[in-house]
Amino acid sequence: MSSFWVDALWSAVKVLGAVGFGMGLAGILSWVERKQSALLQDRIGANRADILGYRLLGLFHMLADPIKLLVKEDFVPPQGQRFWHDLAPGLSLACATLCLAALPFGDSFELFGRSWSLRPLPMGAGVVFVLASLSVGVHGIAMAGWSSASAYSLLGGLRGAAQMISYEVAMLSILAAPLFLYGTLDLAEAVRWQARTLWGFLPAWGLLLQPLAFLLFLTAGAAETKRAPFDLPEGEAEIVGYFVEYSGMKFAMFMTTDFVESVVLAGLTTALFLGGWHLPGLGLLGLPQPLFALAGVGVFAAKVVAVLWLLMQIRWTLPRFRYDQLLALGWKGLLPLSLLNFAATAWVVWGWTR
Amino acid sequence: MSGRITVKTVERPRMGLLEQVYVFEALRGLWVTSRHFFLNLWRHTLKAAGLKAEPGAVTIQYPEDPAVVARRARTRHRLLKREDGSPRCVACLLCETICPAKCIRIVAEESPDVMVEKRAKSFEIDLGECVFCGYCVEACPEDAIRMDSGQVEMSAHSREDMVWTMAELMGDQPKLRPIRPSKDPLAG
Ligand code: SF4
Ligand code: SF4
Repeated sequence: MSSFWVDALWSAVKVLGAVGFGMGLAGILSWVERKQSALLQDRIGANRADILGYRLLGLFHMLADPIKLLVKEDFVPPQGQRFWHDLAPGLSLACATLCLAALPFGDSFELFGRSWSLRPLPMGAGVVFVLASLSVGVHGIAMAGWSSASAYSLLGGLRGAAQMISYEVAMLSILAAPLFLYGTLDLAEAVRWQARTLWGFLPAWGLLLQPLAFLLFLTAGAAETKRAPFDLPEGEAEIVGYFVEYSGMKFAMFMTTDFVESVVLAGLTTALFLGGWHLPGLGLLGLPQPLFALAGVGVFAAKVVAVLWLLMQIRWTLPRFRYDQLLALGWKGLLPLSLLNFAATAWVVWGWTR
Repeated sequence: MSGRITVKTVERPRMGLLEQVYVFEALRGLWVTSRHFFLNLWRHTLKAAGLKAEPGAVTIQYPEDPAVVARRARTRHRLLKREDGSPRCVACLLCETICPAKCIRIVAEESPDVMVEKRAKSFEIDLGECVFCGYCVEACPEDAIRMDSGQVEMSAHSREDMVWTMAELMGDQPKLRPIRPSKDPLAG
C-alpha cells in the first residue's frame, strides 16, 4: 500500500474515533446529567427502563430516549420554512462535531519506520478552527428561531445569538493570554509547551500559570455552549427557547449539539489548561513509545471526563442568570478582566524573555 | 386604636465584596453539592456491595414499596360502628348536605332501636367524585365517618367500581374490584 492510502486510512480511523468518542460521550452525558443531579439532590434518578428486568442503574434510558424520539412525529409549523427548519439542527450538530476532530487526543509516535500522529486533524491553527466552527453554530440557532415562524422561537433565537456572540468575543480575548504564553495557535504545540515543569516538580499547566484565564474560560465556555447557569436560549421548560417548535429527532439533535459542545469545551480546557495528554509520572512507567502515546489518549479522555463532571456539577449548583446579568457579566466582567489578564501576561512574558 | 398603619421596612441584605465577586459563593455552593454527591455515591456503593449503610436517597420507590402516608392525611373514608356492632350513622344527612362534591348518597330508614330512631338503609360514597376535603368528617355529629383508613390506592377500571357501599365502607365486606384479566401492573 502506498503511503497516501495509509495516511488516508489512518486519518479516517482517527476522525471516526474522535467523532465516536464525542458522540458516545454525549450519549452517556444524557444519563450522567440525570444521575448526577439525582445523587446530589438525594434522589435516585431515572431507573425505570429495563431489558428483561435488568435496569443497570438506568443506563437503558440512553437507548430508550433516542428510540422514543426517533419514532415521534417530525412537526414543522405550517407557516414555517421546511428547508431551513430541517437544516438548522443539522448545521448546529455538524459544527459541533467538526470541532471534535480538531482536539489533540495524543502525541505522535514512531512505528514501522514512520510517524503516526494521534490528532485527527493536525492543524497549525486548531484553536481558531474550533472557535470559528463553534461560532458558525450560532447560525443554526438563529435559523431555527426564524424558520419556526413563531414569535417565541424568534425571540429565543435572537437571545441565543446575542449571548453566543457576546461570549465569543470574551472567549477569544480570554484565550489570548494563555496562547501568548505558549506562543502558538496549535493545540498540540500548546500541550507540548505544558510538558515542562516549574521549579523541577510542578507541571507547567495552564491552570497554574493562568488561573484567572482558566476560570474565565470555563465561565465563557459554559455560556458559549449554552449550559446552565447560562442556558437561557434553551430554558428547557420555563423560558421558551429557540427550539420550541422542534420535536422528535430534530429536537434530539439540538440536545446532542449541547452535549457535544460540552465535550469540545472540556477538550479545549484540557488541552489549553490541564496539560492535555500529559500526566506527571506516566513517563516513569517506561512504556514503549506507541503504548505511551495511547496511554496519553486515555489521560486526555480522563481529563475531559473530569472537566465534564465539573461542568455538570456547576450546572446543578448555580441558579440561572437573568438575561441582563448574563450580558453584563460577559461585557463588563469577563471582557475587561480578560484584557487585563492579557496585558499582565504580555508584560510578564516580555520581561521574562527579554 | 390610633388607626395608623405602622410600616416595617425590611432591609435587603447587603452583599459584601466576597459575595459580589460570586466566585467564592459559587465554590461554597459547589462544596455543598459535591459533598452530597460523594456521600451519596459512597452510600450507594456500600449498599451495592451488600454492606450496611444509610440510604443514599430519600426516594420511595412507590409501586414496589408501600406509599408512606402521614397519620393525619385524609385517606379513604370509613364508617364506624357502635359497641354492639350496629352502624353509628343516624342518617342525619349532614354529611350529604355539606359535601361540596355531592358524592354521598344516603337512604334513611327507621331504626329498630328507639334510642337511635333513624339509620341509613344504604350509604354510598362515590370516590370518583370525592375531593377529599374532609367536610363530611367535620360535619358528622355522631363520629360515624372518618377518613383514617390509610388507604390511598382506590383506582378502578370503571366509574361504577369507584362507588363504595355501606358494607364496604364499614369493612364488613371487602371491596370487590373486578380487575381486568389483562396486564395490570399493580394487580399483583
Ligand atoms: S371528603 Fe368532602 S367530597 Fe369527599 S365525601 Fe366527604 S365531604 Fe364529600
Ligand atoms: S353526618 Fe354522620 S351520622 Fe349524619 S349521615 Fe353522615 S355519617 Fe351519618
